[in-house]
Amino acid sequence: MCVTCGCSSDENEVKFINVNGKAVQHSHVHSHGDVHHSHSHDHSHSHDHDHSHTHEHHHDDHGHIHLNTKEINLEKEILHKNDLLAERNKGYFEAKNIFAINLVSSPGSGKTSLLERTIADLKNEISFNVIEGDQQTTNDADRIAALEVPVIQINTGKGCHLDSEMIAKAVKELSPKDGSLMMIENVGNLVCPSMFDLGENIRVVIISITEGEDKPIKYPDMFYGSQVCIINKIDLLPYLKFDIEKLKDYARKVNPNLQFFEVSAYTGEGLESWYNFLKKSLKS
Amino acid sequence: MHELSIVTSIIKTAEKEVENSIGGKVLEIYLEIGKLSGVEIQSLHFVWELSANGTVLQDSKVIITEPEGKAKCAECETEYLVEKIYDSCPKCNSPFKSIISGKELKIKKLIIN
Repeated sequence: MCVTCGCSSDENEVKFINVNGKAVQHSHVHSHGDVHHSHSHDHSHSHDHDHSHTHEHHHDDHGHIHLNTKEINLEKEILHKNDLLAERNKGYFEAKNIFAINLVSSPGSGKTSLLERTIADLKNEISFNVIEGDQQTTNDADRIAALEVPVIQINTGKGCHLDSEMIAKAVKELSPKDGSLMMIENVGNLVCPSMFDLGENIRVVIISITEGEDKPIKYPDMFYGSQVCIINKIDLLPYLKFDIEKLKDYARKVNPNLQFFEVSAYTGEGLESWYNFLKKSLKS
Repeated sequence: MHELSIVTSIIKTAEKEVENSIGGKVLEIYLEIGKLSGVEIQSLHFVWELSANGTVLQDSKVIITEPEGKAKCAECETEYLVEKIYDSCPKCNSPFKSIISGKELKIKKLIIN
């Protein structure tokens, strides 16, 4: 069974698809065995801190070892492997002066549309790389590929989030240019991706005004772990009963340091300050 | 259902530890899962049943401690219990705080034989 999504059969393998190239590539990351196990000994995580509790009753040499119990004090983070690889990704991004953004939201908030618009408007100034995460299809990557920027689609199968290992693989495949912007569109899900550091510089949570104002307190972990909140579809304000200030109040309650952008990826309203933010982030 | 990822990660770690040690099975596993960690214990148990079968954790006793959420107010330094991650300081009402416990997600120890 795989570490990432618990999949246990090939039908649930994670697929990496390079939609720019001709060849559709199925890297079997989850071909349990080599790939997953290969990183686990990077850091000798000092087990056996002490053997004080090993009750080794060696009465004779018949070796009753397996009847004895042994206590292993681990004190180990459950997600240590993800965190370890996330740190590696982070180092890679830093060395290459890449600014990486993890875009998270519930499905349908307009992540891909915002990404399309952003790329279309800025691609002459900024060099983009995109990693698209979805359970199935290359629809999103196809939309990005149409803008002629490097993109990899990760299909997570039944997995509900991206993890740092998938990003490490995808990044290798993309071989991004120094000083470029790495946009990682996570699987549409406001819960699970919040626990998995990908090594990104910032996490951006997107919420559209067709959702409830109280979403930040319904799904606080995602808002707690993000640095930026983009409020999308503001062109629909006249038609909806939606109070943006109320949404912001809720979001600030969860995370008082959140920085907001109110935009419409459709009309372009409010995008200027988002773009300035991106340019500034890339320079610093 | 990220609990699945959590459980499979625990299983991997346990298998490795057992393999590196005296072999055998895990009799008891001690986990620390804070109340603010974002993991639903019920979901975890549910996934556990399905995932642990055939691994070193099959039939292991699972002991979970759940540290309370606690924060220290960044304004008035009051320490207070946090039930929801967005609870504000009960004294000065400030939302600015640092979480001091409740985010734990750890394997504390294994008893194997």
